[in-house]
Amino acid sequence: MTLKIFLSRDAAAKALGADDVADAITREAAARGVEVVLVRPGSRGMIWLEPLAEVETPQGRLAFGPMTPADVPGLFGDLTAHPKGQGLTEEIPFFKSQTRLTFARCGIIDPLSLADYEAHGGLRGLRRALAMSGADIVAEVTDSGLRGRGGAGFPTGIKWKTVADAVADRKYIVCNADEGDSATFADRMLMEGDPFTLIEGMAIAGIATGATKGYVYIRSEYPDAIEVMEDAVRIGREAGLLGASVLGSNRAFDMEIRVGAGAYVCGEETSLLNSLEGKRGIVRAKPPLPALQGFLGKPTVVNNVISLASVPVIMEKGAKHYKDFGLGRSRGTIPLQIAGNVKYGGLYEIAFGLTLGEIVDQIGGGTASGRPVKAVQVGGPLGAYFPRALFDTPFGYEEFAGKDGLVGHAGLTIFDDSTDMLKMARFAMEFCAIESCGKCTPCRVGAVRGVETVDRIAAGDPTAMPILKDLCNTMKFGSLCALGGFTPYPVMSALTHFPDDFSGSATGAKEAAE
Amino acid sequence: MTATLSSERLGEIIATHSGLEGPLLPIFHAIQHEIGYIPQDALPVIAKALNLSRAEVYGVMSFYHDFRTSPAGRHVVKLCRAEACQAMGADAVHDHAKARLGVDFNETTRNGAVTLEPVFCLGLCACGPSALVDGKVVGRLDAEKIDRIATECGA
Repeated sequence: MTLKIFLSRDAAAKALGADDVADAITREAAARGVEVVLVRPGSRGMIWLEPLAEVETPQGRLAFGPMTPADVPGLFGDLTAHPKGQGLTEEIPFFKSQTRLTFARCGIIDPLSLADYEAHGGLRGLRRALAMSGADIVAEVTDSGLRGRGGAGFPTGIKWKTVADAVADRKYIVCNADEGDSATFADRMLMEGDPFTLIEGMAIAGIATGATKGYVYIRSEYPDAIEVMEDAVRIGREAGLLGASVLGSNRAFDMEIRVGAGAYVCGEETSLLNSLEGKRGIVRAKPPLPALQGFLGKPTVVNNVISLASVPVIMEKGAKHYKDFGLGRSRGTIPLQIAGNVKYGGLYEIAFGLTLGEIVDQIGGGTASGRPVKAVQVGGPLGAYFPRALFDTPFGYEEFAGKDGLVGHAGLTIFDDSTDMLKMARFAMEFCAIESCGKCTPCRVGAVRGVETVDRIAAGDPTAMPILKDLCNTMKFGSLCALGGFTPYPVMSALTHFPDDFSGSATGAKEAAE
Repeated sequence: MTATLSSERLGEIIATHSGLEGPLLPIFHAIQHEIGYIPQDALPVIAKALNLSRAEVYGVMSFYHDFRTSPAGRHVVKLCRAEACQAMGADAVHDHAKARLGVDFNETTRNGAVTLEPVFCLGLCACGPSALVDGKVVGRLDAEKIDRIATECGA
């Protein structure tokens, strides 16, 4: 009898010892003389159960986690008696209650098997797109209501239309995989767990807009994602998915993987384009829009990983299917990344519209430390800190903007009550100072002055508070891009919602709480 | 001993990449991958090959955190300083690492074993604090894991 075991190859699983578990499985199988097929898919997104092993049974895959090498022999015996048994993976409440469209295959298929990909619905969207006109594909994406998942929320279809309508000898599709925001790992998980979805989405974007070349700009901090994507592009090229004739259509599209070099600001699209061109990652003034003058001055679609990876399912199932999920102007699903001090952390894909409180308390299960939740930072280092008083905010672009926050790339960092919010405000300014590209003064100088001013508040200087507010105002309205422009969000939200931490006696208050 | 790059090998690396659109970062990555840093005498050669000024090439190299102008220690340990890791007590773990290794961030232990660097997010935000040790990911970092890593690295 052959035993088929799935063990995540996702970086988070590896960081928690998945490779040691894999070795133990191979050793145990050899020692017992049992034939084992070990598949290394991406992650199911339940990071607290990683490393997660799944054993194939006639009823479905049975989950076991978090696994250690010592738990491996049990996988070869009575599975119902295994102490790490979690039952059927797809019946685990965290997993079962999701709506997985973009991440439908992640954690299930072998990421580098094109056959597996096709068997689970892959390439259907591209095949449909190849039978359509570019304008019709653009219209389908526009009708789906898909908005840029990188953070800005700009309608993807409108961006594509601008590029499609532009006249040029060359056009480009650039995928922004410079996922630098803390609490975000959806791009990484997708690239490691279902890379062909991204490739398919980029190919569809190319066919729709007339672009024949694509680049994926991946941050150097993601060595595992880089490896999987490079392998996937090579496999795709060999199989005719990429190249001079995409799936035999006589329409060309090819792509390359490029690696960043540790600059956060390169997640900003114009800075990314400069970096891709081999320049310093300095932000460009807009206009001209990258859609008209982007990479090497040519019309360029710059889209986030999740935006592009959502296109295949939209093309496969139709705009209406996607659009029917969501709330208000936030259509479709969003992969929430629940992180930080949280009991059940991971990736949770669901239609827009859950309240922040439902996400944090019900899905996330509160803090890992067991202490009360003090604040949730939504949208990465440039996102606002939300107090419990705002937990009724529904998850949507306009809804969060209405509370002086942002959805961003949908990462949520949960903090318990031991957190000093003045320290977090200082960190926001410090981070901006370290990562500023230096082009505009409000960001370059403002962030440095911001750190100094927060320090003055901490020292009890009553004159510093209005200066910090004024400085945030200048940065917000005077900066060239979101780095300087949005750093005031975490600073001002910390100040507004947690004034006690800025009273100059915050250290004493924190000690009293402990 | 410091690894060096022969002018012949440098020429090969440039030639391999010069057909790319935007070849400069891939060239830097290839050099650093091979010898661990970017030797400064390579810059004028690259500048000439790509028809750029030396200042432009230096400007690009110095803009990015990743590129080094001198070799790192035998092992590079990057600790994540971003918010999700802070929420899990990263600061205390970092203090322990600094004390154990006797260095601050961006410094190398006296015996040359470990270079300690900060990094802002490894995408391991639901299993922090996290680290990257010679390109390998580590999650749920604590003082005990730091000690084990330090010992394994010979620090």
